[in-house]
Amino acid sequence: MLHPSPHQYEHHEPVVELRSVTCGYGGVAVVEHADLKIARGDFVGLLGPSGSGKTTLLKSILGAADVYEGEVLVNGRSIKDKRPTIGYVPQLETIDWEFPVTVEQVVMMGLIRKNHFFPWFRQEERDHAYSIMERLGIAEFGKRHIRQLSGGQQQRAFLARALVSDPSLLLLDEPTSGVDIKTRDEVMHLLDELNHQDITILLTTHEINAVAAHLPWVVCINGRIVAEGPPSDVFTPEVLKETYNAEIHITEYQGMKLVAESPHYFGRNDRQNHEHETVAGD
Amino acid sequence: MFDPLQYEFFVRGLIVATLVGALCGLIGVYIVLRRMAYIGHGLSHAVFGGAVVSYVIDLNFFIGASVWGFLSAMLINLTTRKRSIGADAAIGIITTASFALGIALISRTKTATRSFDAALFGNILGVEQSDMYAIAAVTLATFATVIIGYKYLLFTTFEPDVAGFYGVPTGWIDALFALILAATIVVSIQVLGVTMIASAIVIPPVVARLLTNDFGKMMGLSVLIGAFCGLGGIYLSYFVNAASGATVVLFSAALFVVALAYNTARDRIAVMRGKARLHAGSVIAADDSHIGD
Repeated sequence: MLHPSPHQYEHHEPVVELRSVTCGYGGVAVVEHADLKIARGDFVGLLGPSGSGKTTLLKSILGAADVYEGEVLVNGRSIKDKRPTIGYVPQLETIDWEFPVTVEQVVMMGLIRKNHFFPWFRQEERDHAYSIMERLGIAEFGKRHIRQLSGGQQQRAFLARALVSDPSLLLLDEPTSGVDIKTRDEVMHLLDELNHQDITILLTTHEINAVAAHLPWVVCINGRIVAEGPPSDVFTPEVLKETYNAEIHITEYQGMKLVAESPHYFGRNDRQNHEHETVAGD
Repeated sequence: MFDPLQYEFFVRGLIVATLVGALCGLIGVYIVLRRMAYIGHGLSHAVFGGAVVSYVIDLNFFIGASVWGFLSAMLINLTTRKRSIGADAAIGIITTASFALGIALISRTKTATRSFDAALFGNILGVEQSDMYAIAAVTLATFATVIIGYKYLLFTTFEPDVAGFYGVPTGWIDALFALILAATIVVSIQVLGVTMIASAIVIPPVVARLLTNDFGKMMGLSVLIGAFCGLGGIYLSYFVNAASGATVVLFSAALFVVALAYNTARDRIAVMRGKARLHAGSVIAADDSHIGD
């Protein structure tokens, strides 16, 4: 587990609070009656299959999804009154990698909220951006085109943009989607480090074993909040079936609850495997 | 070689073509990167409708056509936000409807004496002093707007859906961009015509993109290339005795072919050098493998 601190909202003012929120787009509700509290310092994963509404819920906190019922509060204030300062990292798959921007230019975009009046960025802002890039180990790539970075470095560049405005809340949409195992571990450990520096993190994921099982708190979604809690409590066949609409087997490895993949045989080898099983069973 | 410079109208044409080239090159960067290359073509048609309406109701051409173009651009933006309609379809519907309205009005207005040929095909050498001032004013205002709004325009163009989360007033930025785009097209129509304007907006930024990976450099290059194409095209038109707008477009297209060839050759050379390095590395490794023998 990355960060074994408990979910602390019992004792703290929640950073994010969803009060019976029904949200979606164009008049169609994607998530219904969601109640959720996220406390300062939490590291929470929104878990669910594609189309379950986890990104919509994330966007309702950003004020980018239509809220039909209920209320979304950030730092105790309704987002209708004031758009909060939140660091947001989009899915890397949505980025136009052919767009002619350098890493430095991407990171500086995060400073816009702090510098509304000047058409250019000041030297101290540039220095601040580079200090964040230094912290994330990408300062030397500042002048490179974003396509010329590895998957992990690209994720760091967009994380740096989110962090450059010093937000206390970081929202990430599928931060490990489409990356290899090494990059995934790198990203998750980096997020854990940031969480230890008092940044509240809320991310979406559909990966149960690789991501959600390692988080201290998980919220299972499938059009509504199915269950929430530590993975050890939430990962039951019943909860996961309701979340993924499929039979899911649970196994335990080194005290951690994981999903056991059912073996499948596809393609032309199917008959050989079947024959092999039959011989072995004789 | 300097013969054409003795004619005042030609010098005026050169100045105007250079300004319009630079202006379209600047605006074109955002258009191309937003993948809305068709909007230049479409909006010029929409503005033609506005120009005819202005004429029919006896309104100043620049005011009428600019307002019409701005409203068309905003309508395209609004329609594009409906998820079921793509930008290309929205541009196609709104701009052709506007163009058709212009044509219908011309055919109905029996008293129409003004020729709209210049608006359709451009007449750079017929540009008057007042047109030149209008072009200079729009060029100045557009450059000032782009410099002041540089970081907002960059973010909105790069990630339109995310920019708002970082405090960029995307609605206002889109409206402002629609305004300067409409103004650019209105003043450029006089020079290049409805049918040629798309190339002035699209070719310079595409050529610049082939040469650089940096947004700032791409903008600078696109402006220079646009200005060069305007200047070179008009100058060339005198010697080849061809229509000025068409010569500018052909000159730009020729430059695009050269840039594409350069870009392709550069990529090929990079691949060959990479292979050579790999080969040299394997030869060294093979040589090293004998050391322990």
